[in-house]
Amino acid sequence: MILTLKNTFEEVGNATLFAKQFFKEVFIPPYETRQFLKQCYIIGYKSLPLVAITGFIMGLVLTMQSRPTLVKFGAESWLPGMVALSLIREIAPVITALICAGKISSGIGAELGSMKVTEQIDAMEVSAINPYNYLVVTRILACTLMVPILVFFADAIGIMGGYVGVNIHGDVNFRRYLTQIIQSLEFLDLIPATIKTFFFGFFIGMIGCYKGFNAANGTESVGRAANSAVVTASLTIFIIDMIAVQITDLFF
Amino acid sequence: MIKEEKHIEKEPKAKDKKAIIEIKDLHKTFGKNNKVLQGVNLTVNKGEDLVILGRSGSGKSVTIKCIVGLIEPDKGEIKVFDENVLHLKKSELNEIRVRIGFLFQSGALYDSMSVRENLAFTLRKHKRDLSAEEIESQVIEALDSVGLSEAIDKMPSELSGGMQKRIGLARTLILKPEIILYDEPTTGLDTITSREISELILDIKHKRKTTSIIITHDMACAKLTADRIMVLKDGVIHAEGTYEELEKSEDEWVRSFFQ
Repeated sequence: MILTLKNTFEEVGNATLFAKQFFKEVFIPPYETRQFLKQCYIIGYKSLPLVAITGFIMGLVLTMQSRPTLVKFGAESWLPGMVALSLIREIAPVITALICAGKISSGIGAELGSMKVTEQIDAMEVSAINPYNYLVVTRILACTLMVPILVFFADAIGIMGGYVGVNIHGDVNFRRYLTQIIQSLEFLDLIPATIKTFFFGFFIGMIGCYKGFNAANGTESVGRAANSAVVTASLTIFIIDMIAVQITDLFF
Repeated sequence: MIKEEKHIEKEPKAKDKKAIIEIKDLHKTFGKNNKVLQGVNLTVNKGEDLVILGRSGSGKSVTIKCIVGLIEPDKGEIKVFDENVLHLKKSELNEIRVRIGFLFQSGALYDSMSVRENLAFTLRKHKRDLSAEEIESQVIEALDSVGLSEAIDKMPSELSGGMQKRIGLARTLILKPEIILYDEPTTGLDTITSREISELILDIKHKRKTTSIIITHDMACAKLTADRIMVLKDGVIHAEGTYEELEKSEDEWVRSFFQ
């Protein structure tokens, strides 16, 4: 028990130092712009279909599940606003971040882990190329910027899903549906939800890189790095979300 | 046991040359009790090919990884080009690293890049003023020197083990290093390919006047490439001499490498 606690604190300490190095190196040239754009393409563009499908299903299911209760209270007209608010404030950021933890964090963990095991990271190091700058900074930065964009995308697709859900049992035209959503939303609903997605993105990238970069020798450790990246990133998302809700409650 | 000092006296030519790598009293322990290096002393002179022999796990690779700063030793001194690499800042160490080539046992090619990109990547990072045409011509020149210019558009996964090592060597050569460290360059290769790699090492030495440390278990490679051989045992240099000298060593354990 004490040993597990010690290992956990040691891991948190090492991850913090790893993250600290990111803030130290992100401003120091050379800037790996090409690699950063490539990572944005892989992390952002290549995740679009997955985020779109889950976003649509989230919107549709949430609408269909909420409808009977609202109908009971004669509040069916609140359905679009309630679905949009739930999606934007909580469901789309968390679900998208969890999907990204599964897809991106594990991918980064496995990729860097296999590079570590096959001495590719060492090869960069001995060629006087900074592997942290080239491999880690670019990936964390791309995750930090792409996850919020993916969340916006999931919000939009989720709202479309909600529209389909509303029209399964009713008949609401799209303009009226959108008007109801915009009326029920405030600008302040967007701000905390958007800020936390940057943190989600940062931690998804950072944890994937940390686990891969510190993989032990042997192919088994590649799988372990990928698996551990998903578990840790998912747990971190929930912890950040809990903290974000507390802070939001305090200030907004 | 053959004393180190005895054999140094047998190498008057080596003494005349300038020492380019000097290691003194190098210690490294992994974990609590795994003492890998327990006081390694060695000197490599300019233009010399030094082969290090030893059983698996005897610390041969650890020694050369300490030279390039991949592993930090617990104690000792490593001088490369008269600079103590253990006391250098990262930027100063990188200046030394550019002058040292390192061929990894697996080749360590970047598997997400083609052969062309593997070579150009290293060059682009260090010579930012080079045009695309100049980079391409240097890539082709490096590939020609290992006889694999036809593999330029292939991915590492499409190459055989021997080809991967050659491409790894070409990537090492592209920065025109003065020292090359070979970590088991012929391991896992058939006899013919091993001989080709050994001949390539010799060819590079003659054409580019490089200094090398070669870690190997392959005695044919050692015979062909070594100017001097050192044998590591229990974390120290156990014996030192030319191939012919060590082959006739009075120490049975040393002789067993040559049988």
